[in-house]
Amino acid sequence: MTAPITCRAAVQRLWGYLDHELEPRDQSALDEHLAFCLRCCGELAFARELRRLLRTRTSVSLPGDAQARLEAVIDGLEVGDVAARHDE
Amino acid sequence: MAVLGVVVETTDRAALQQLARQELPRLYALARRLAGDEAEDLVQEALVRACRAFDGLADHQAGPRWLRVILANVWRDRLRARGRRPSELLVDEEERFSLYDTLVEEDPLPYSDTLHVDFLGAFSEEDVHLVLQRLPDHERAPLVLRYVEGFDATEVAAMLALPVGTVHSQLHRGRQRFERELWRYAEESGLLAATSDHEGRAAGDAGAGGRPDGAPAPAGLGRGSS
Repeated sequence: MTAPITCRAAVQRLWGYLDHELEPRDQSALDEHLAFCLRCCGELAFARELRRLLRTRTSVSLPGDAQARLEAVIDGLEVGDVAARHDE
Repeated sequence: MAVLGVVVETTDRAALQQLARQELPRLYALARRLAGDEAEDLVQEALVRACRAFDGLADHQAGPRWLRVILANVWRDRLRARGRRPSELLVDEEERFSLYDTLVEEDPLPYSDTLHVDFLGAFSEEDVHLVLQRLPDHERAPLVLRYVEGFDATEVAAMLALPVGTVHSQLHRGRQRFERELWRYAEESGLLAATSDHEGRAAGDAGAGGRPDGAPAPAGLGRGSS
């Protein structure tokens, strides 16, 4: 049994909880809080959805004109210190 | 030796070009999330830097990740060059802001039985991108690298040359600000009015709780869960 924590303290730890980055003692305290606090269980589910939003709804497409310009840059790439190696 | 040198260089060049072409969409996406309109320029600089460092890449299988790390490093250096300071503390109002509670209190989607999920569901990919761009650079970078790109906090710290504790603080502030800006964006863009109106019509057509497209409502985050 760990010291009880407030809802505010619990909410501040939710992302760390989902990221598996909490210290064991903090994790235990949060587990015990979630066992009786339905509101914070709702916050936990919401935090999970927010993480999913960031992971899945942030795709960015590469515009055709930018792709053409960047591929031209790639075509012109020279690896490393080529000149220096030729000098050797 | 000179002949061998030329062969190695040609092979390296081809390998780097292949890697860069293959990773270009992903690299650009990361650059756009980090730097917004500077994305193309950021990718260019990252490619040039990758060129200089390619000899040091021992494991070419690690190439995609290596390129993303280089791009994040370039972005870090640009921020430093501009003298942007790591984050100020959030003002108390922002520190205390809870999107979860705000949604319950404001009830922007009165026809929804799954308010929180439906609120997030109203955001398109472009909307989420625009919300992220509202965050300060130093808060957006850790958030993008951690939650969009999937690097862990230690890796993010190494990429941004920050102590891990600082990254954790910036992630905390970034999440708070992201929630706050989701709400502000929804209010300012009329997103909620459009969604609420749409849902209202659907509820009228299909009964309360129905989705506009007739699909079952997502489960798990209704007000009943709080």
